[in-house]
Amino acid sequence: MVSELSIRICGEAGQGTQTIGQVLSLMCQNAHLRLFAHQDFMSRIRGGNNFFQIRISSRPVYAARSRCEIIVCLDKASPALHASALAADGLLIADQKKFGPVNLPETVPGAILDAPLYDLAMEKGGKDIFVNAVACGMIAGIMELDVSCVEKALRGTFSDKSPEIVDINIACARSGYEFAGRERRNGLYSVEPGDTRERSVVSGSEAVALGAIRAGCKFYSAYPMSPSTGVMNEIAARAKEFDIIVEQAEDEIAAVNMVIGASFAGVRSMTSTSGGGFCLMVEGLSLAGMTETPLVILDAQRPGPATGFPTRTEQADLDFILAAGHGEFGRVIYTPGTVEELYSLTARAFNTAEKFQVPVIIMSDQLLADSVRDIAPLDPGVKIERGLISREASKKVAGYKRYALTENGVSPRAVPSWVADPVYADSDEHNEEGHITEDALMRVRMVEKRYHKRMRLLSQEAVKPVSENIAGAHVILIGCGSVYGVMKEAAHAGGSGRERVGFIHLPQVWPFPAQEMAYLLNDARRIVTVENNAGAQLAKLLRRETGIKVSDSILKYDGRPFTVDELFHQLIA
Amino acid sequence: MDTADFKTQDEIAWCPGCGNFGILNAVKKALAQLGKPPQELMLVSGIGQAAKLPHYIKANCFNGLHGRALPVATGIKIANRQLTVLVTTGDGDCYGEGGNHFIHAIRRNIDITVIVHDNQIYGLTKGQASPTTDEGLKTAVQTGGVINAHLSPLTLAIAAGAGFVARGFSRDSESLSGLILAGIRHKGFALIDVLQPCVTFNKKNTHEWYSQRVYQAAAQPDYRPADLVWALTKSLEWGERIPLGVLYQADPPQPDYSGKSGVDALAPLVNLVQP
Repeated sequence: MVSELSIRICGEAGQGTQTIGQVLSLMCQNAHLRLFAHQDFMSRIRGGNNFFQIRISSRPVYAARSRCEIIVCLDKASPALHASALAADGLLIADQKKFGPVNLPETVPGAILDAPLYDLAMEKGGKDIFVNAVACGMIAGIMELDVSCVEKALRGTFSDKSPEIVDINIACARSGYEFAGRERRNGLYSVEPGDTRERSVVSGSEAVALGAIRAGCKFYSAYPMSPSTGVMNEIAARAKEFDIIVEQAEDEIAAVNMVIGASFAGVRSMTSTSGGGFCLMVEGLSLAGMTETPLVILDAQRPGPATGFPTRTEQADLDFILAAGHGEFGRVIYTPGTVEELYSLTARAFNTAEKFQVPVIIMSDQLLADSVRDIAPLDPGVKIERGLISREASKKVAGYKRYALTENGVSPRAVPSWVADPVYADSDEHNEEGHITEDALMRVRMVEKRYHKRMRLLSQEAVKPVSENIAGAHVILIGCGSVYGVMKEAAHAGGSGRERVGFIHLPQVWPFPAQEMAYLLNDARRIVTVENNAGAQLAKLLRRETGIKVSDSILKYDGRPFTVDELFHQLIA
Repeated sequence: MDTADFKTQDEIAWCPGCGNFGILNAVKKALAQLGKPPQELMLVSGIGQAAKLPHYIKANCFNGLHGRALPVATGIKIANRQLTVLVTTGDGDCYGEGGNHFIHAIRRNIDITVIVHDNQIYGLTKGQASPTTDEGLKTAVQTGGVINAHLSPLTLAIAAGAGFVARGFSRDSESLSGLILAGIRHKGFALIDVLQPCVTFNKKNTHEWYSQRVYQAAAQPDYRPADLVWALTKSLEWGERIPLGVLYQADPPQPDYSGKSGVDALAPLVNLVQP
């Protein structure tokens, strides 16, 4: 038995690698294995080459490895493209009858398993598409799992399909399983089970959607843009159940303005986009800042500039989002690093936005959006704190002023129609009532209200950095967002044998937790940021806010996520 | 209710003689006839001289960004379907900067009433061409005269599927208030394009210019506002004679957004998550 295993399924877009991914995730869960899975796909509907990769272990896993013990090739191009990712003792499964002979380069230590994937699919299912079920069954066989694990996973994945389709899939999986069982593997691909009680497999996009729903989001408007669209799909799929209105806007400008309108009218609302769409939302961000309207935006980052890599990952929007929007106003930026944080910080974003009447931006990326992990049940007890004048209390309000000047800068927020007085909001500079003003003194007071006072309050409420292993560490890694997984694994694996590695993850980068960071880094010997960008943007922010200069930054900007091995290698180097 | 119930103390920032005064009076008259209290009304605007109107009316108001009144109004109406939502906008705000939102708000058939103060010029930025400026008009920017085609907003609205399309004239406040009230009572998107002189920057399309050309379409024997083809043809009439009144009203009206999306089947969204 082995302690962990990585499997990659590769093929053309449209061949169903995503569906296989779902089946394999469920299958491994049925076998009591911990898992992390991510997707690598091209910006096209058919053709090209995509892959799904899953890492399985008896202990929790947070990120991908560079090499895989099993690589399943579903098309002709895949063996040549993916052979170099084969691990020692790895198996590259290819259908040589269908796609011709495959030769592994001499540098690759693994072996080829010639498997009649397509013949088995045609024989049992009559269609090429059933090759996915054959492959899943074959993997189950190689892993020496009970065949029921894959059968149950297929039933789960195809629960909305007819019983005939489910039966065909199961028959195909069985034939793949039997083919794999002809050879003895001596436990080489068999992973020791772990503790998977009460754990479920959730994707990043799903976690954001669930967080929003739990927080009472009732209106969601967005324009489709990879890799943010998953959230809109997940919410739309649950809209009827939770009384949510989902509206696809004509553009991101409309999306953000609709959300601001609904929020002004008293409804928890949200929008999502990626960098290019966020560019269009920036004037809306500024509008929310000026009108003090609660706003929740998700930026699922992809590599830019411009269209960039539509379906790949990067963390290069940080500088942009810190400064997005003309003028000065308070804002909050969350940078969740795990499925659990995507959920909890999305829910928190609604409370923060409403209590402090500011825009809150949740920054995620393609890796987080499209990856899955097994997690403990998400906290159902999200506390909703609206910071609104209740309907009952509204009846007693007289002489309401939307922008009343208060000690802490936050004005009581009334729902239009709940109070007897009209509620005026204005994007022009305004007085306490919300009417346009050109008065210099009022301007100064309003700027202090929206900016100085608000930033002070928001700083006090900031989510604290998360640290592990930093006491006495030879090197402290710092990162935010999706690099959490690789940092955590590096910290547990250690550096070059002797080195102790610790890490600090920032779930919130704005307002920047300057005091906490200065405290945590007080005795640091070597500080290294880990960033999926070219400009070491987090390192610069750390220096700007604390004066602390990092020793180094490990940067990656090829549109692909860090693997555990890459970070480990860079740390030793 | 009386027009005095909608009076505010805010100082009016329009030029003396501006067509906006006639529109303001007409809006107040329509609201008085509607009879809903100020807190159940929501006026939404973008930027421009027309967009200042909500400040001069006692009712809820969101005065947002240039061109973006329609998506804000859409969000508000979805959030609280019990509010009567009006948008006061201009030809630059609605047909220029906000052109895309105009098309799609109509397609949604969201139940809002859009009053466009159409003075055929950009006023607040001091006299540049708008989408409805007549060809040939000379401005500080279009020094050789406007070369782009004059947009017919009513034709565009009918083609996009609007169920209530009307034209008013700021000088005829009485008829205009009737059009606004009819627009509010129409369940769905209602457009009222209002001809209005800009006394400072448009020296061509003056009170007199409009007065000599406008006529009530409903007074003509061929008046058939439920006939789409008639309405499209009528909406294109411009220049020597300009028709006023309801040019198109779908009969029966198409289902509106609230009905189609399920908003009507729910309690107003604003009531779902209590503080």
